[in-house]
Amino acid sequence: MKQVFGRPESLVDVASHFCPGCHHGTIHRLVAEAIDHYGVREETIGAASVGCSVFMYDYFDIDVVESPHGRSPAVATGVKRSNPEKFVLLYQGDGDLAAIGTAEIIHAANRGEPLTVIFVNNTVYGMTGGQMAPTTMLGQRTTTSPYGREFSQDGYPIKITEMLAQLEGVAYAARVAVDTPAHLAKAKKAIFAAFEAQVEKRGMGMVEILSSCPTNWGMNAIEANKRIETEMIPYFPLGVFKERKGSDFF
Amino acid sequence: MTKSFEKGNVAIAKAAVSAGCLYYFGYPITPQSDIPEYLSGVLPGLGGQFVQAESEVASINMLLGAGSTGKRAMTSSSSPGISLKQEGISYMAGSEIPGVIVNIQRSGPGLGGISASQGDYFQSTRGGGHGDYRTIVLAPATVQEMYDLTILAFDLSDKYRIPSMILADAMLGQMKEPLDEWKPELGIDYGHSEWILTGAKGRERRRVKSLYLGDGDLAEHNWRLAEKHKRIAENETRASVDIPEDAELVVTAFGSAARIARTAVDRAREEGHSVGMLRPITLWPFPAEEFVKVGEKGTPILAVELNTGQMVEDVEIAVKGASKVSFCGYPPGYLPSPDEIYEKIMEILKGEEN
Amino acid sequence: MPKLEIREERCKSCGLCIEFCPKGCLEITDRFNPSGYNPVGWMNTEECTGCAICARMCPDVVIEVFK
Repeated sequence: MKQVFGRPESLVDVASHFCPGCHHGTIHRLVAEAIDHYGVREETIGAASVGCSVFMYDYFDIDVVESPHGRSPAVATGVKRSNPEKFVLLYQGDGDLAAIGTAEIIHAANRGEPLTVIFVNNTVYGMTGGQMAPTTMLGQRTTTSPYGREFSQDGYPIKITEMLAQLEGVAYAARVAVDTPAHLAKAKKAIFAAFEAQVEKRGMGMVEILSSCPTNWGMNAIEANKRIETEMIPYFPLGVFKERKGSDFF
Repeated sequence: MTKSFEKGNVAIAKAAVSAGCLYYFGYPITPQSDIPEYLSGVLPGLGGQFVQAESEVASINMLLGAGSTGKRAMTSSSSPGISLKQEGISYMAGSEIPGVIVNIQRSGPGLGGISASQGDYFQSTRGGGHGDYRTIVLAPATVQEMYDLTILAFDLSDKYRIPSMILADAMLGQMKEPLDEWKPELGIDYGHSEWILTGAKGRERRRVKSLYLGDGDLAEHNWRLAEKHKRIAENETRASVDIPEDAELVVTAFGSAARIARTAVDRAREEGHSVGMLRPITLWPFPAEEFVKVGEKGTPILAVELNTGQMVEDVEIAVKGASKVSFCGYPPGYLPSPDEIYEKIMEILKGEEN
Repeated sequence: MPKLEIREERCKSCGLCIEFCPKGCLEITDRFNPSGYNPVGWMNTEECTGCAICARMCPDVVIEVFK
């Protein structure tokens, strides 16, 4: 018998701390498959972020440096500039990348740092217990928007991928989801493309992944998974927003 | 050895290059911008990298990243910028990542001004960011020391896996003096191959981090850092001590304040008074033992600082009341003349001090 | 005939595999794993085509598929 599906080698064989149904685990598996596919495990240095995502250093079988909240694009810049031959991987949540670390991601992108950025958008601060994030949907109730997010008070959910796609330094920018088998297949393709942008030294490759947080959304895993399609995708459209094949930037 | 006539800031930049630092990350701020200006011209030609970051916060985190791979790297700024870097310095201390941070102090609090100050003594010597940690703090008083102590900062930082700071100020950064540019021995094995991130090739993966969630793990980590701090204090404390046997008074000051105080001490000596000079070179670890020796004789001490009284607290802690400690402070925006300090010395010697 | 291997001790009982199995081959069992979850079980084995959709949807990489 031949194994047709199994755990990727770069995904450490331990139980994750993620809640039941949380998409972080799925995304980890896809990223590990990309690490295996491009054969970069032994050349990879990860820059961990702060939030549920920090435990990438427990789950990927790679070297990892921890970063202060939101700063992993700067930390990764330091790693990559002093080690241009290494593969540098970032895995950031929406609080980390889209709020406290907005300056760091925009300027790393604008400099065209050849980094691979996995951006997990689950519209909420997960680890701190479900507070409003910059990506929280209008009307969404969180522990700090108990009446629902209201634009006159909190502004609109931020569309990071559209913003980053504007920057010349970004070689690849896409938004994907992992809520259905069809979306999963596209997500895998996008993650691979974001790896290739770095492997081919074309600039930053980033993928925003719409993700569920059943615990902090107050839903079970199935309901949370469905919310991606019914509420998130209509506001956060899926697709490839930037694909620059040539390396004319450099 | 090359002889030159150099600005203090440039001496630091040249020392970094001599120390094998190929990576610099910074953000422009007066009065230290000569450092990035010099390195932006030199590093690319050496196969290094100069990155002008979008912020002080980003630049310290770039330093953290480069340091985690064992590469010698530096950032520099001035007081308000150093405040912004404290987050990254705390993470570097917690993760035991080497790196050199230069603070060419200007004045505060707040935007303050751009004149010389020693107002960041507490910030530098108490860690500065959150958590229970220290950084090595070296206080040059001449352009030559800007060079020498920068090289030492790299060595100590690598040796102990701890961020090192150069604490100078606008006066030292902007003044020109003769400089001997010597080359240190490079390629010393600090055991970095045991922990740096290079990609998990042929070995277990590594993690450079400061997060410890296991029961008791963080306490253990903090105690380990404390042990390291103790080891540094025992081995790396430095001071310039010039105290006659029969000293009636010991003047203490660091950095640029020490230059002015020294002139006053020399004048007092010329006039027949036995006055000592004790200049801490490492502000952390503080040369407390030297002050204990002064205290054992009960010799009075005069601390001179370009602030309203910071290092003087460490002097008082060291002497534990055994010597009378006087203070003469000059907050930013005004620099004392040696005569003013001389007058203060004479007041104390004549018992006329208020 | 395909084969599924389910690491019951890692299963968090989220049900995503069941939701997406096109043949209805999976069910939550009434057993408890060491974490206190009722792990998923491969029940309707003869209908299984080994498409691995269940394994792909599982956030915890609990299911391995052989053909």
